[in-house]
Amino acid sequence: MTPSEPILKVENITKSFGETIILKGVDLAISKGAIKILIGPSGGGKSTLLQCLNCLVTPDTGTIHFNGKVVDIHKKKELYAFRQKMGMIFQDFNLFDHLPALENIVIALRKVKGMKKSAAVKRAMLELDQVGLADKAHLYPAELSGGQKQRVAIARALAMDPRVLLLDEPTSALDPELVGEVVAVIRALAQKGMTMILATHQISLIRNLADEILFMKDGVIVEQGTPDELLGAECMSFSQGFCDRLNELTGEDV
Amino acid sequence: MGDTAFLQELLTALNRGLGMSILLIIPSALGGIIIGITAGSVRAFGSRSMVRIGDGYAALFRGTPLVVQLFVLYFGLPNIGIYLSPYWAAVTGFMLCSGAYQSEYVRGALVSIRRNQYLAAEALGFTRIQTLIWVIIPQAMRRALPGCGNEIVYLIKYSSLAYVVTFMELTGEGKTIATEYFRFTEVFLVIGCYYLMLVSVAKIILRKLEQRLHVPGFG
Repeated sequence: MTPSEPILKVENITKSFGETIILKGVDLAISKGAIKILIGPSGGGKSTLLQCLNCLVTPDTGTIHFNGKVVDIHKKKELYAFRQKMGMIFQDFNLFDHLPALENIVIALRKVKGMKKSAAVKRAMLELDQVGLADKAHLYPAELSGGQKQRVAIARALAMDPRVLLLDEPTSALDPELVGEVVAVIRALAQKGMTMILATHQISLIRNLADEILFMKDGVIVEQGTPDELLGAECMSFSQGFCDRLNELTGEDV
Repeated sequence: MGDTAFLQELLTALNRGLGMSILLIIPSALGGIIIGITAGSVRAFGSRSMVRIGDGYAALFRGTPLVVQLFVLYFGLPNIGIYLSPYWAAVTGFMLCSGAYQSEYVRGALVSIRRNQYLAAEALGFTRIQTLIWVIIPQAMRRALPGCGNEIVYLIKYSSLAYVVTFMELTGEGKTIATEYFRFTEVFLVIGCYYLMLVSVAKIILRKLEQRLHVPGFG
């Protein structure tokens, strides 16, 4: 493996809301094609960190380097362009409730990328087909199951040709029997070499997909390493203990 | 004096008044909606001083009786050199009053749209304005529609106040006939039917609009 310049690198990200400090100086770098998985207890800052990475939440301090260049997040144009390159998947899907599946994707392509309608529809259908939902294109979010909504959300993010995909607990709001279809889509993305930063409690994703596991607690990354380093049976890591507890809940084997 | 003469005179006057009422209601409703959307958006998203101005406007026009507003516009403004015809005094008053109520429905609908819709749009690279135009407003419009329609139904009925500033619309015409023949009960019952008809037409149009904009599981 050749060491490559990280596609995304952040340094010393801090964020507090009022008196509450959520992030206490986080550094993170990810190379093209790598998959990093954020785990750790709720309230540890995983979501806030992900939202700082595309500046949905503006960090109090810290710098973001994308493709080797510092992103000036106070320049609106630069910020909007940067967000386009950072796809994001939310726990609650966040589809536009007033638009059918296809239009959810088309509107982003037309308004953000300025594509013509016919080209946008073609691209959107292609993306829906990739997640196995071409036949649901004309259904509204309220007519889709949770798993289907999340797959549409993934298709919408991918249509923007993101360089990095941020996934914030993409399976946590799903009924257990619907988790599989979303996990399958994420696995397929991993195989195609998509760069991903993924916060999850999904044991199967943690073990099998992660190039590196980052354990976050109280606003800092307290542990990081490969799954073998952190989850080996003889390890006494936070991550090991955390995954053991997840195991007890789900009955899956790490 | 026969009943036929009375009836003929009554219907001629009321039909003329109906036309005048419609001429009042349509521009007032449209103006009210436009003012309401503008003021509602400002009150939901404006800077602090803009919000204060919007709140002040709504408080003033929701807080004082419409009759008083009309008197001020028609009899008060000439004191500072502004002369409005009865028609324009009435339309201006209705627009401002209706707009104040509409702004409340619009503001409520705008702030009811969940934060995750903003996050989704911004994560895709939408600008703030694009987010409002393509995501927030289309959703808020659907939420606001029943309330805004309700306000138009009110407007149809309070348009009858135009006769206090001497504009002869439905109620004014009817009142003249009623006084002339001293037959108040019959005349006002017929006027009531005219308004009922106007409101029914408005409700049908609004229902059609709601059906057209209907989205499953929304609003």
